[in-house]
Amino acid sequence: MSKIHVTATVNGDPVEFLADPRETLLDALRNHLDLTGTKEGCGTGDCGACSVTVDGTLVCSCLMLAAEANGKRVETIEGMAKEELHPLQRKFIEHAALQCGFCTPGILVAAKALLERNPDPTDTEIRYWLAGNLCRCTGYDKIVRAVQDAAAEMRQDHRGAA
Amino acid sequence: MARDDVKTGYKLIGTRPNRPDGLDKVTGRARYGADFSLPGMLWAAVVRSPHAHARIVKIDASKALALEGVKAVVTRADLPTGLTGEDLNLQDNTLAGDRALYDGHAVAAVAATSQLLAQDAARLIEVEYEVLPHVTDVDAAIAPDAPVIRPGVADYSVPEGMHGNVARYMEFGHGDVEAGFAAADVVREHTYRTEATHQGYIEPHAAVGQLGEDGRGEMWVCTQGHWYIRRMSAAVLGIEAANLRVTPSEIGGGFGGKTTIFMEPLTLALSKKAGGRPVKLVMSRSEVLRATGPTASASMDVKIGMKKDGTITAGQVYFRMQGGAFPGMSPIGEALPCAFACYDIPALKHEGIEIITNRPKAAAYRAPGSPMAAFAVESMIDELCRELNLDPIEVRLKNGAKNGSKSSYGPVYDVIGLQETLQAARAHPNYSIPLGPNQGRGVASGFWFNHGGETSVSLAIGEDGTATVSVGTPDIGGSRASIGLMVAEHLGIPYENVRVNVVETGALGVNEPTHGSRATFASGKAAIEAANQAIREMCRRAAAEWGIEPEAVEWRDGAAHPAGPNAGKHPPMTIGEIGAKMGSTGGPISGHHEVTAGGYGASFGTHVVDVEVDPETGRTTVLRYLVVQDAGTAIHPAYVEGQYQGGAAQGIGWALNEEYIYGPDGRLQNPVFLDYRIPVASDLPMIDTVIIEVPNPGHPYGVRGVGETGITPPLPAIASAIAGATGVRIRSLPCSPPKVLAAIKAAKG
Repeated sequence: MSKIHVTATVNGDPVEFLADPRETLLDALRNHLDLTGTKEGCGTGDCGACSVTVDGTLVCSCLMLAAEANGKRVETIEGMAKEELHPLQRKFIEHAALQCGFCTPGILVAAKALLERNPDPTDTEIRYWLAGNLCRCTGYDKIVRAVQDAAAEMRQDHRGAA
Repeated sequence: MARDDVKTGYKLIGTRPNRPDGLDKVTGRARYGADFSLPGMLWAAVVRSPHAHARIVKIDASKALALEGVKAVVTRADLPTGLTGEDLNLQDNTLAGDRALYDGHAVAAVAATSQLLAQDAARLIEVEYEVLPHVTDVDAAIAPDAPVIRPGVADYSVPEGMHGNVARYMEFGHGDVEAGFAAADVVREHTYRTEATHQGYIEPHAAVGQLGEDGRGEMWVCTQGHWYIRRMSAAVLGIEAANLRVTPSEIGGGFGGKTTIFMEPLTLALSKKAGGRPVKLVMSRSEVLRATGPTASASMDVKIGMKKDGTITAGQVYFRMQGGAFPGMSPIGEALPCAFACYDIPALKHEGIEIITNRPKAAAYRAPGSPMAAFAVESMIDELCRELNLDPIEVRLKNGAKNGSKSSYGPVYDVIGLQETLQAARAHPNYSIPLGPNQGRGVASGFWFNHGGETSVSLAIGEDGTATVSVGTPDIGGSRASIGLMVAEHLGIPYENVRVNVVETGALGVNEPTHGSRATFASGKAAIEAANQAIREMCRRAAAEWGIEPEAVEWRDGAAHPAGPNAGKHPPMTIGEIGAKMGSTGGPISGHHEVTAGGYGASFGTHVVDVEVDPETGRTTVLRYLVVQDAGTAIHPAYVEGQYQGGAAQGIGWALNEEYIYGPDGRLQNPVFLDYRIPVASDLPMIDTVIIEVPNPGHPYGVRGVGETGITPPLPAIASAIAGATGVRIRSLPCSPPKVLAAIKAAKG
């Protein structure tokens, strides 16, 4: 089966690769681009471990074909920290909001997408936004607290900058 | 609640520093099982039986092997013969022999140059089956007409006349049960059932294996215990354990399910056939659910007698548990001792049988056996409390085990914290919040033995006065942080100056897995002993420089000090100073300790849950949840809370949603997360925690394992809360909306 030439921007970097038409974006990130921070927990869009954003939209990268990423702007966990950690990343460590850490990249990417839309979410809004991201270790308590704390700090920083 | 004989007044223990592996885990850098790759690596795929029970007539791989890029196929014919006992069971589960024993049983495996090609090739391997009669339900499997699926499976313990699917029988107890029941005011007897659930770790099993024709190989694998993987893989393949080096990856959850092998030896067998090229095998979620884990399903008869004042006079249980198609995998041997472990009851009788069915080979799951046993016994005690209008915490305080109680399974408890958990639960605000319509409150206690086990740890002092600790217990939930805290406390140096590494099988003696709630306890205890050895050597170096006896030197605050005025006046010699010149004072300084750790100290907890049940739909909403558990000493309280909360969440899932559903064809009907529904964020409230600290005298810092007890009380506590909300008692998990709704309707008549 002939392969498809894909060019895209991943975490700000131009990339290109040859994708089998059946390959998912997740496969391409992990196996062609060596970006193994994005995880596969189910392959059926139920667990959210593979969450990335494509042109700013939160998607399960296991449900998107690699070829569909052509010309798109993809952001993964590897692009989340700039010179410093994103507040969400820092708060997840401080609040012990991860145990095994396998779901963490997807949850961080999803939580970042939430706070970009809603900088002051309620606990319930956080819980429903993250309902597509399974965590088997924590019971979500510390995850919700870490997201709230990061959101509060980001609001504070935003006010400080304004 | 401090005890004089356990050290207190810590500088670091009990604080909440950032975990050392946190940065890698929030940036995507941490390498999990599927994240390893090697040059020249092949990908593997597995062919699995679509039948619950079938004779394998023929396997034809010629079409697969004809594909360009397909490098190797292995079937059972490629594995050595002559294995016995559990080694044979492991080999039978790795690749089916003459019969496939469950839906999802591996039959063949193939390696090719890409994952997609391997999957294509797997579909081209033709397997001819002769379908055989099957049985998947625990009670149906011992019905007179049930097919005997593995003749001769019974061990010496099974009495004559039992069904051919019974593999094991257990019986123990004490006191006169009949006299106890006669002395009771109320005696009740019911049957309770729990369904099989899966550990549900989000990371599927993954391994990269490489094996040369000389029989020497390596494996990189996500596992709770890489020495177990080494021993089991070597046994299945007929190679020597020492020739297999196993390196653990970061692990994306295990909960007991990653303490054994499933497909790992296939990477090695394929690699050898493919000329020694490394082979990667990553399970899909459906493969994980169909062929790994799960836990047992159980059917349990309980009879308990109680006086009107709440005194329990006698208890009797008969548990039936199936652990899949292989003997020895049901946790009957844990469930029975756990059944009444929270109580001090004058007369008890325990009986149980393990049953073989056409289901996957069960694996350990967090406090194996204890949640099922608690569902049966704690539900029954709650039923009696409601019938006699007694407070469930008062009844547990009255009958609960105390320091020095002889346990229900034999040993005498040392210092335990059950009573303290009950008192704290009673005093917590959650226990007195008024309930609204359709709301109910449930209480249950839980128990886990905890575990010590084979442990080997090394510690090396750096030239700059830092310490590197090598442990063999993979870090699933913060054990690097807790071990680092204890070593830093002990050496008297900053937490940041201790690095804890999880090392491969070549670096230490045999370590049991991170299981039984043992990692922080046992690796921590051994790390402290290793630190003591290094401290002794550092004191010796200081003594030599000062020209005094080593016994005249004491260690505190990260430095050697003269022990008293007679030792002379010498300024303290810090660990940094000693480390800087150790090359010229006698060479490297390290410590090492290995032990089969005892003194692990039993774990108890008490949970209080409030639920609201929608009478229109039968849906249960958890309103608030409280976990109170004894940690001995909470080394890193945030990760102790995390264990409590995570255990409770898994127990809530088991109580409300999760179950293996088999169709009449014996196939698993819900092998995806959409249909096997674990709790999601919007299903749960915040989970309140209270850490009780009754220090364990068997650990220098009082540590008890904290990982497992938390999954145990939710099953009965939620069923009891639902009973409070609706007036109907669900005695068969899960308490799914249709089941609860049907029970409500039936009660209304």
